[in-house]
Amino acid sequence: MTWVLRMFSTSIGKKQLMAVTGLLFLLFLTTHLLGNLSIYGGSPAFVAYAEHLHALGKLLVVAEVGLVVALIIHVTLAVILFFENRRSRPVKYAVDKSGGGGRTFSSRTMPYTGLLILGFIVVHLTTFSHHIVDQTTRNIFQIAVAVFSQKLYLAIYLLGVLVVAFHVRHGLWSAFQTVGANHPKYMPFIQKLSIVFAVIVAIGFGSLPLAILALR
Amino acid sequence: MSGKTINLTLKVWRQPGAKAPGRLETYRAENISTDASFLEMLDIVNEGLTLEGKEPVAFDHDCREGICGMCGSVVNGRPHGPERETTLCQLHMRHFADGDTVVIEPFRARALPVVKDLVVDRSALDQVMAAGGFISVNTGQAPEANSLPVPKDKADLAMDAAACIGCGACIAACPNASAMLFTSAKVSQFALLPHGRPEAARRALAMLAQMDACGFGNCTNHQECEVECPKGISISNIARLNREFIKAALGSAEELPVIK
Ligand code: SF4
Ligand code: FES
Repeated sequence: MTWVLRMFSTSIGKKQLMAVTGLLFLLFLTTHLLGNLSIYGGSPAFVAYAEHLHALGKLLVVAEVGLVVALIIHVTLAVILFFENRRSRPVKYAVDKSGGGGRTFSSRTMPYTGLLILGFIVVHLTTFSHHIVDQTTRNIFQIAVAVFSQKLYLAIYLLGVLVVAFHVRHGLWSAFQTVGANHPKYMPFIQKLSIVFAVIVAIGFGSLPLAILALR
Repeated sequence: MSGKTINLTLKVWRQPGAKAPGRLETYRAENISTDASFLEMLDIVNEGLTLEGKEPVAFDHDCREGICGMCGSVVNGRPHGPERETTLCQLHMRHFADGDTVVIEPFRARALPVVKDLVVDRSALDQVMAAGGFISVNTGQAPEANSLPVPKDKADLAMDAAACIGCGACIAACPNASAMLFTSAKVSQFALLPHGRPEAARRALAMLAQMDACGFGNCTNHQECEVECPKGISISNIARLNREFIKAALGSAEELPVIK
């Protein structure tokens, strides 16, 4: 099996692992958002969604373990790639303005938005996860109200969502390109989808605390 | 001939040798015809330097008609200068305004070390080519042209990929100094044709392994390479290399070669 390790330690191999794990997170973001949108059905719908989710039991644990493994792979490779890429140009340009216009704000900031997201995930899990926060005495709606009533957490959450949106804006199309899915008919659509998806993430998740506080 | 001339301030990277430290030196480029090419402008400046008894600026060039891939420096932060799909030798001074300050630096990458001034050592690109950028055929009579049908669209794409002149601007433009555009173009020009298919898996792995061993960075899809490539090589070639890698890594019996 050493061949698998060798293949995935090449530059393309590492990038493809980044892409596949990244696509998994996009899938997670999609389901996470769809589920949480239940808040627009009122707090009982939101609480019912959470209860149904937790009722999945073992299935949920499998998904969680899968996401944690993917996160470890994604972050470890990101760190390796970041330092390898820094080493590849020891002498910087005196003029570095990238006037060609290939780079975007999102593509430029991927390592940094990634790092911020990691921090955000920690804060988010410690404030919401049923593994950490006791949900027997309070339901998820009450917890969310309590968290978002604190200005600091509300700000961290909104900022976190924005950072995720920027990461996704480059990450989505980039992942497709890296796994080789670049096609003259579909790529323009995928590139637009990147932007649309980022906007949906920003507005979709960003509106949740406002909806929750409004229903309080 | 317009007969128009301009004066420029040049800031040129001067470095006497590979190990020696370098720095930007300021020179005046006076009475430069707007019909001159960028390299001709450098020739004029060098003539002046030579007459003053100074060392002329070393820069690479050969064909001066945009086909050999020898020229190339970073002009005001852009490999081959500001014009799209234009090599430095084909860039004309009419794209500059009188009084402009022009900063000229060598391509920067660990894998393309500076030899002198603006000249960089691009043997890493040759090593990538030597690793697999060929097809193995027995010599002999040319085969009958129609014995291997090549669809027109595939032939066109292969031709587009083969337009890469190996100048290295993609590496210079890449924020990660990755050579993916070059390598993917070279892999693609064979992978797209039936003649290249038998060795496609071996070739993709060998060229990738060599590219990694040379110390290039990893592609993170900034697309700067495509924008700066003088031959307009598309990043869809990079996606093709990514596909060829999957086929070779997971779908063929080929092993990743060990590069010493
Ligand atoms: S892909 Fe373009 S920029 Fe890169 S070496 Fe080939 S011609 Fe030069
Ligand atoms: S000198 Fe040959 S391409 Fe510029």
